[in-house]
Amino acid sequence: MDALPRAAPRPHLPAGALGLGALLVLAYGIVPLTGTSYLFEALLTPFLALALAGLGLNLLTGYAGLLSLGSAAFMAVGAYAAFNLSLRLPGLPLPASLLLAGFVAALAGLAAGLPALRLRGFYLAVSTLAVQFFVAWALNRIGWISDDSPSGVITAPRLVVAGLSFDDPRGRYLVSLTVVTLLTLVAWRLVSSPTGRNLVAIRDNETAARLVGVKVARTKLLAFAASSFVIGIAGALWAFAYLRTVEPAGFNLDRSFQILFIVIIGGLGTLRGAFLGAGFIVVLPLLLARLGAALLGDGFDSGTLEMVQRIVLGALIVALLIREPAGLAALLDRAGRRLGRRAA
Amino acid sequence: MSAAPTLLQVEALEVVYGGAVHALHGVDLAVRAGEIVALVGANGAGKTTLLRAVSNLLPALRGQVTAGRLAYDGRDVTRTRTDALVRAGLVGVLEGRHCFRGLSVQENLVAGGLGRGSGRSDVRADLERVYGLFPRLAAKREVAAGLLSGGEQQMAAIGRALMGRPRLLVLDEPSMGLAPRVVEEIYRVLAGLNRAEGLTLLVAEQNVRLALRHAHHAVVLENGRSALAGSAASLRARDDVRSLYLGGAECPEAAAPPEARRRAPA
Repeated sequence: MDALPRAAPRPHLPAGALGLGALLVLAYGIVPLTGTSYLFEALLTPFLALALAGLGLNLLTGYAGLLSLGSAAFMAVGAYAAFNLSLRLPGLPLPASLLLAGFVAALAGLAAGLPALRLRGFYLAVSTLAVQFFVAWALNRIGWISDDSPSGVITAPRLVVAGLSFDDPRGRYLVSLTVVTLLTLVAWRLVSSPTGRNLVAIRDNETAARLVGVKVARTKLLAFAASSFVIGIAGALWAFAYLRTVEPAGFNLDRSFQILFIVIIGGLGTLRGAFLGAGFIVVLPLLLARLGAALLGDGFDSGTLEMVQRIVLGALIVALLIREPAGLAALLDRAGRRLGRRAA
Repeated sequence: MSAAPTLLQVEALEVVYGGAVHALHGVDLAVRAGEIVALVGANGAGKTTLLRAVSNLLPALRGQVTAGRLAYDGRDVTRTRTDALVRAGLVGVLEGRHCFRGLSVQENLVAGGLGRGSGRSDVRADLERVYGLFPRLAAKREVAAGLLSGGEQQMAAIGRALMGRPRLLVLDEPSMGLAPRVVEEIYRVLAGLNRAEGLTLLVAEQNVRLALRHAHHAVVLENGRSALAGSAASLRARDDVRSLYLGGAECPEAAAPPEARRRAPA
């Protein structure tokens, strides 16, 4: 029987290659032609950057079962590394500086992963929290990281790839989309490789994984490095393509929690989950703002909005996790199956 | 049978957990190539700890070998990493059938092959072999292991270990919590592998009657010490073993002859 290479059919990517192709045609062909600046700047670019960060964290938390609260720190490392690389090596093309920034973040992740060889669960989460605070401290205290700008604010360089400028909203969207597409492909290859299976084996039962010969320490460190690589590049996109001007406070613990929520809401251990969760997190505030303005008129100021946002988000997370602990990805799967049954 | 070389030698082994709890104090054990050795004893006698020490799993569980030595295939392996032991053919199956719940049966099995470093064609051949031994797994190869019944999970865990092409297979309580019919099937497969391929087995088992029926030799652990060792037949015949382990404490079903047991509901 030829069963070996045919892994169990698991829905890593939405509805197979056909749906994915349609999605790419939409994202590359139709959206850039019809979209408005508002769509690119307020929705799609932050969505892509957050989805990528979620994807990275999902490699670590969803697949390998290692909880991290330091995602924003790795985003910051990626963003500030890309900034420094483009500042100090002016000839370096943008793709190269993004890639190198990813490697710098991966190194940071490797260092942050060392405690994972001894710590587990809750204790590991606390040690990643230390990374979060250390990076915030370093960004504020070490001047050259932000080129000695006051309070660590950096401004992103122009986005130019091979002589073409991508500095308008549509161009920044296209750069983000390309980076996210490529890295999603790489992540998909990783999780469907034997190494990806080893990640799940360690998550499901570390001792049993050890007992079948999985190199647990090496695999855990690899999970940290790969995850931080992806999150670092997401941070660079967040800074270069979305915000354009970044301060260290933009990468605080709130951001880490946001990424963690994206992964939990979307679905741990699925690649689609990061995209679903990021979509949810980006669209929800806008929906609430519209809804609030329609219902309450002028009384709905930004302070109220932020408060309502937090309350609604918290309630939704609780409700969703009670209804479906495996997140939106599983909810969608179930809805799809129900539709299929009804059609049949 | 003394002609066969000793595959695993445990000498005066002492193990401490967390720097304070003495789990083993002086265990001696020898497993010759090609034989089935049963490790019997009451709860807390140290069976699981000994097997963990053999696979060098103790450091991850805050345990430590403080004295004595472990030799596998003539080499001291007291400090050899678990994955290196697996590649050398010493493969273990944990107590309580630990599968990777999120992976399919087949992925679980493949993990066992890849852990050994098998190539693609080896893995494919070994998969067919395991499916041949446990046909129930073949029917459920695409099912997530977490959704299997207890017996099937135990088969998957044993199959996963067999994918590592072990020379010495170490099993911790393979009968625990399983229906007698499933236990029979598992022991039949294991004893068959021992007879047909000379697979050496070290099995910790609380069901002493079952263990002594299949094993060639047995070692009795008591309070972290090896109290008795000998051939299974001689231990079966001993009065003290009879009264301690084979007496009235046995439930009537386990004491029934195998013919009756096979008819029992699984």
